[in-house]
Amino acid sequence: MSSVVLKNIVKRFGSYTAVHPSDLEIQEGDFVTLLGPSGCGKTTTLRMIAGLLDPSEGEILIGGKRVNDVPIHKRNLGIVFQNYALFPHKTVADNVAFGLKYRNVSKDEIARRVEEALNLVQLPHVGGRYPKELSGGQQQRIALARAIVIEPDVLLLDEPLSALDANLREDMRVELKRIQHQIGVTTVFVTHDQSEALAMSDRIVVMSGGRIEQVGTPEEVYNRPRSEFVANFLGASNILDGVCRERGAETATLEVPLFGTVPVPQDKAAGISDGPAKLVLRAEKLTLMDARADITGMIAADATVETVDYQGQTVRYFVRAGDRSFQAINMINERPFPEGSAVKIAFRSQDCAALPG
Amino acid sequence: MSVEAREARQPWILLSPALTAVGLLLFVPLIFIVVYSFWLRTASGADQVGFFLDNWQEALTDRFYRDILLSTLRIAAITTLVCALMGYPAAYFIARSRGNKAILLLLLMLPFWISYIIRTMSWINILGVSGALNTALMWTGLISEPIQMLYNEPTVILGLVHFLLPFMILNVYVSLDGIDQTLEEAATSLGANRWEAFLQVTLPLSLPGLAAGGLLCFVLGAGTYITPLVLGGPSDAMFANLVFEAIITQLNWPLGSALSLMLLAVLGLLVAIYNRYLGMAQLMKGLG
Ligand SMILES: Nc1ncnc2c1ncn2[C@@H]1O[C@H](COP(=O)(O)OP(=O)(O)O)[C@@H](O)[C@H]1O
Ligand SMILES: [Mg+2]
Repeated sequence: MSSVVLKNIVKRFGSYTAVHPSDLEIQEGDFVTLLGPSGCGKTTTLRMIAGLLDPSEGEILIGGKRVNDVPIHKRNLGIVFQNYALFPHKTVADNVAFGLKYRNVSKDEIARRVEEALNLVQLPHVGGRYPKELSGGQQQRIALARAIVIEPDVLLLDEPLSALDANLREDMRVELKRIQHQIGVTTVFVTHDQSEALAMSDRIVVMSGGRIEQVGTPEEVYNRPRSEFVANFLGASNILDGVCRERGAETATLEVPLFGTVPVPQDKAAGISDGPAKLVLRAEKLTLMDARADITGMIAADATVETVDYQGQTVRYFVRAGDRSFQAINMINERPFPEGSAVKIAFRSQDCAALPG
Repeated sequence: MSVEAREARQPWILLSPALTAVGLLLFVPLIFIVVYSFWLRTASGADQVGFFLDNWQEALTDRFYRDILLSTLRIAAITTLVCALMGYPAAYFIARSRGNKAILLLLLMLPFWISYIIRTMSWINILGVSGALNTALMWTGLISEPIQMLYNEPTVILGLVHFLLPFMILNVYVSLDGIDQTLEEAATSLGANRWEAFLQVTLPLSLPGLAAGGLLCFVLGAGTYITPLVLGGPSDAMFANLVFEAIITQLNWPLGSALSLMLLAVLGLLVAIYNRYLGMAQLMKGLG
């Protein structure tokens, strides 16, 4: 188990810069997720930590030691690849034992640890089979067993769940978190799926266009986004251009069209100053109400329902208020508002965040 | 007719022109050869029609034929081995190169645009008494008289390797290209260095391609008569030269037929063994 530190790391492919200067510190034992859309440099970053790519600039430290010049086979990392990368010509047991053969472990010890690892991933009886005889989810577990049996300093996973179907993915999510918790290994997990990141991580590193946008706990990046990109990538947000009038000890007061003044809690308005500012209204926090409903304690505006996207427990509305459209995701207990109906859209000021304009 | 029956019939309808061509051009002549091998060439030079076992008896009992068959198989085996040792690294290089794969493969095909006979004869201009190599060595003063380098077994093998190497490279390339590169990455991440990762993962997974290339080199090498004719000496005749000799020089079709069927049987057995263990599909991948 070790910490991972990236110091001013850069990766260029020819004239194209895939990762711009980035700093990152990962604490020992943490589960950290690199989250961002496809092509934002997550895999490139992970492969630099792994030693599969050389950084163009900067330093990588694992357990406090600079590893830039340490080849991959001496880094003692467990890697789980997106396509599993199980050796098709070796049995499951031989796959899992592979890394132990390079670690001065006796035969008996190898057998014992392979069995232990297969138990940990809850597939104790498949050792004699070949990878292609297993289902996708089972192969995934074997790939994980193979990576952790060597007791790696850091576990690296590149979109390990994306090849699984939706139900299995949710099971594996829980499973993976349980195993990581049990062995306590420092883990770097790559995904483009925000719900995966929110559910599993101790900390999330949101990336975009080869840059780190924000680092924080799931709760922090979700509730206190530091950029428009983060606000939109983690769930849907409505972003309103406004002006910051006043910054007090408790709140920063924003003035936005349609809703008037909104007192945003200070901790959700970090980094803004007087002058232009943006108000972030999460779609889940924007509630549709009957046009005559009591809205005491809330900030509201009149709106018309344009589109209703019914999803069972929840419904996603697109409503028009003034000259713009808003997105709202609401729980429903009876029937959703029909298209064309006149409603109020309302929110509480403490559910908002503010960004520099 | 049911839909299934029609669907089952369709491939055969589509294949029928090809099957007809193969039937007429391959199987019919083959039947002629089988029939011929039981005829007898009389002292007068005319063929006597009938069912005689004389040719077969001569082919199977004469030590001369046996020795040449064995030396043919030996030369084919050495050629195959050399092709494997030279071809594998080349195929690996092509499979792992990033942008210019297409150009490298095109370069590999380039020799096929020139007749195999001409390619073989080109060695005379390189290794012959007044060839490039002798001229160069004389010029440097290392030798004062030209050396005869041609017309021996090594030059026959050289010519065969020159002819067959692309087949080996292509077959190995196809199987290497199909191997997921993350497998090697996974192996190195688990502690194997690059060489160990190659031995543990890439090499075993590419063996089918190596076997297919080997079979092709062996069968084509063992069946050739041009290379020994052009680059070999009088004692370097291979089995196909005997067939050539019997049919073209002596006009003894019955004996030539028996000899060619003998070679066919030996090579056919080899293909059958290969097919039993690895299947023809792999060979087809490398050819297409
Ligand atoms: N070997 C490479 N050569 C050139 N460009 C690359 C290479 N690998 C990745 N890239 C580019 O770098 C960017 C980031 O890629 P990647 O890290 O794989 O993104 P992600 O994993 O976040 O989807 C992409 O635009 C990709 O096209
Ligand atoms: Mg990726």
